[in-house]
Amino acid sequence: MSASATHDDIARFNFLANFNKYMATVIAPGNAVAFRERVEPAWTQRQGEPPTTRVEVRRAMADDPHYRFWSALRRSGMEMRQQAGRSLVLRQAESLAARARELGSRHSAGLRLDASVAVPRYQSELDNHCMPGSYYAEYFEGDVSAAANYDAGMFATTTGLFGRFLDGAGRGTAAWLQRTRPGWQPRRILDLGCGIGHNTVPLARAFPEAEVVAVDLAAPMLRYGHARAVGMGLRNIRFEQANAESLPFADRSFDFIYSTMFLHETSHSALRRILDEAARLLAVGGLQVHLEQPPYRGMSPFEQFMRDWDCHYNNEPFWSALHETHLPALLRERGFATESVFETEIHALVEDEMPKVGNETEDFGRGGMWYACGAAA
Amino acid sequence: MNPQLLELVNAAASGKRPHFFGDADVDRLLAIVWAMAGELAVTRERLDTLERLLAERAVVQQTDIDAYRPDAEAARERGEWQMEYIARLLRVLQQELDALRAASAAGGPNPPAQE
Repeated sequence: MSASATHDDIARFNFLANFNKYMATVIAPGNAVAFRERVEPAWTQRQGEPPTTRVEVRRAMADDPHYRFWSALRRSGMEMRQQAGRSLVLRQAESLAARARELGSRHSAGLRLDASVAVPRYQSELDNHCMPGSYYAEYFEGDVSAAANYDAGMFATTTGLFGRFLDGAGRGTAAWLQRTRPGWQPRRILDLGCGIGHNTVPLARAFPEAEVVAVDLAAPMLRYGHARAVGMGLRNIRFEQANAESLPFADRSFDFIYSTMFLHETSHSALRRILDEAARLLAVGGLQVHLEQPPYRGMSPFEQFMRDWDCHYNNEPFWSALHETHLPALLRERGFATESVFETEIHALVEDEMPKVGNETEDFGRGGMWYACGAAA
Repeated sequence: MNPQLLELVNAAASGKRPHFFGDADVDRLLAIVWAMAGELAVTRERLDTLERLLAERAVVQQTDIDAYRPDAEAARERGEWQMEYIARLLRVLQQELDALRAASAAGGPNPPAQE
């Protein structure tokens, strides 16, 4: 389903992937050196004590030339990644839409769009992680360009850590589920904020007898994700346009409910409503799990500051708040017993030839390893 | 290809572009320089492919490349490529200009230049 790329398109993404890798492994670690060697000592001399919060660290680092160059280059790289993706997909937007329509028509029951689903303000206010038009811009009827751009560029952003098909989180989740609940066959699975279904497909594959429902707000993502899944030979996923804060499904109708890197893109109140819905929809004996970047609690102010960069400079307005939220407490407040609520780590499962976390330095928020929080009903 | 869609290639994401240097012009300049570095890598990769293919097939010698002169059609195509190339490099300026034009078209006061 993906856009067809020319030699130059590929070279542009090759450059960006290598640039991101170089930034993560060579330039980003320099911030810790600058902080330790000159920023923290100068602050301590002025203030009488070292910076104690990430806000103070950011204030202290703001004038540091290494940090400034790293930040400005990182932001430039993100804008270039968007431009490269848009120049790739917009010139073939009409043929991509036709292809999605054709593939989709082979399994039309797998896509349910609902034009009455409104984009909430927490999504429309800012274009998410600097994607012009965010996930949902439609330039014409049937447009999938936002999704095709997302798909094309994500490999460059994550430098292979999410796997060849960018499904490392979904594959990791399926493997984790099979390890922790051996033999369990969830009959109905719900993926919240599925995007183009990168991480829906691995669950549908791992549980071929299950009925998988994948919801998202953005029609272009769903159209593309549906066509992509059909193209990959899957018939047990239904992509459905809905707001996860208010889902059109019956109480206790899903055995397994999950989300991958979704909650940080929702607001304070939306997050709570989404977790209300997950609690309502979870069947007796079922399980929910949410993959995210790790919470800030227990981290040094410097590490918090590094991880918080995206909130300020990559249009991730709810990033900080989510990482300060105590998700286990929110699940307990929704009636899950303390002993059924858990926190764990889920690693990306990727092809042998792809880089692995551990071999590569994690680029603060882009590594192939996630904090997971969930609860059993 | 739909020309109206192509105009959207260089769209900016909503939200204010941050600047990290004392003088925002330094951020602008770095964005241009870095886009140029990217395009240089793209060209280098294409050239590398070409040189390897030519060597593999023993088609073209270095002297043939030095002696080449484009005809009118080739010159026109090269000109079009240059325009697209320059737009890619100067994206950051174009986006700010677009925002200024949009504000002016909306009839409101022009936003101040980003610091």
